[in-house]
Amino acid sequence: MNAVRKQRLFIVLGVLAGLAAAVALVTYALKQNINLFYTPQQVASGEAPVGSRMRVGGLVVPGSVERNQETLNVVFDLTDGKGTFTVHYQGILPDLFREGQGIVANGTLAQPLRFEADEVLAKHDETYMPPEVQDALEKAGHPGAGPAQDAP
Amino acid sequence: MWSTLVRWYHQLGSPRYFYRFSTVVLPWLWVLAIVLTAVGLVWGLAFAPEDYQQGNSYRIIFIHVPAAGAALTGYVAMGVAGLVALVWRMKMAEIMIRAIAPFGAVLAAVALLTGAIWGKPTWGTYWVWDARLTSMLIMLFLYLGVVALMKAIEDDRQGARAASLLSVVGVINVVVVKYSVEWWNSLHQGSTINLTRETTMPAEMLVPLLVSMAGIYLLFAVSVLVRARAEILRRERKSRWLQEEV
Repeated sequence: MNAVRKQRLFIVLGVLAGLAAAVALVTYALKQNINLFYTPQQVASGEAPVGSRMRVGGLVVPGSVERNQETLNVVFDLTDGKGTFTVHYQGILPDLFREGQGIVANGTLAQPLRFEADEVLAKHDETYMPPEVQDALEKAGHPGAGPAQDAP
Repeated sequence: MWSTLVRWYHQLGSPRYFYRFSTVVLPWLWVLAIVLTAVGLVWGLAFAPEDYQQGNSYRIIFIHVPAAGAALTGYVAMGVAGLVALVWRMKMAEIMIRAIAPFGAVLAAVALLTGAIWGKPTWGTYWVWDARLTSMLIMLFLYLGVVALMKAIEDDRQGARAASLLSVVGVINVVVVKYSVEWWNSLHQGSTINLTRETTMPAEMLVPLLVSMAGIYLLFAVSVLVRARAEILRRERKSRWLQEEV
């Protein structure tokens, strides 16, 4: 490789490395803004600001979902194994909402452990399988069978 | 081995050799691309089993994942071409950037659109500003930026130099898109097909997905080749070899 090309190669790679470092630093500094939601651990430890709008995400605690028979009000607990808090929501839940399912809720933290959601989104994981396989796994009591199937 | 690679590099770097070479391989690639895409899509959309959780709505994965994957791969290819164009000033690399960018933009748009359609029934929303979706949108804008830069600058070589720089620099965003679901928490799930970890999909779904991925990647490659050939015809219209060839 001749000297001119070598120099150009170094300049281009240098620009690339510098920009990559800048992007890395910026995204690191904005970590909390890029994260879509606060985890239950952050809410439980008081890291999430009370009273301001935000998103929270976690798993719906099995057995915690309480529906009001007359209204669309629903109350459930959200956990990540390291913290738990209660979500209050009024509205229609997405089809994939069920106990044990990961969800993301948009709203405000009214009190330290009481979140008032005005939007609930269902998260799904990267595991796909036919229903028969899921049934078989559940019958065998396989621990990795995915979220609980029972309808909420 | 190395000397063969260097020879290929120099041969394919010449528009004349590239034009002849692509005339030979193009018909075969066309057939392969169409057959694989058709088989993969029909298999995936009609015959693969439904998902235990999402039912039939997961089937859009057979378009969404190949389009997104091809858009990412295409950007890396464009970045490599950009590096070659900047350092070695190779004409063929400039032509490749011009050929890749518009199709890459279309694929990125298809990935975003199918993602939105998929998001509504599963997540409950068309769009959310999480790291994966946002970085993919940036990728679409980078592709459009490369197209716009080339169109905006009258002189082919000047325009190519500006676009090359954007192509090279934009590769950083490819890394961000790829790892966005691991570095930050997001609504978008992690990747299903993994080289280092276990793939979380049974063979009866995975095989049609891989077939349609191969098909759409090839369709992308074929489109790029056709566009590169048209660009060679435009740029080399005054050269003697072309007048003899056509």
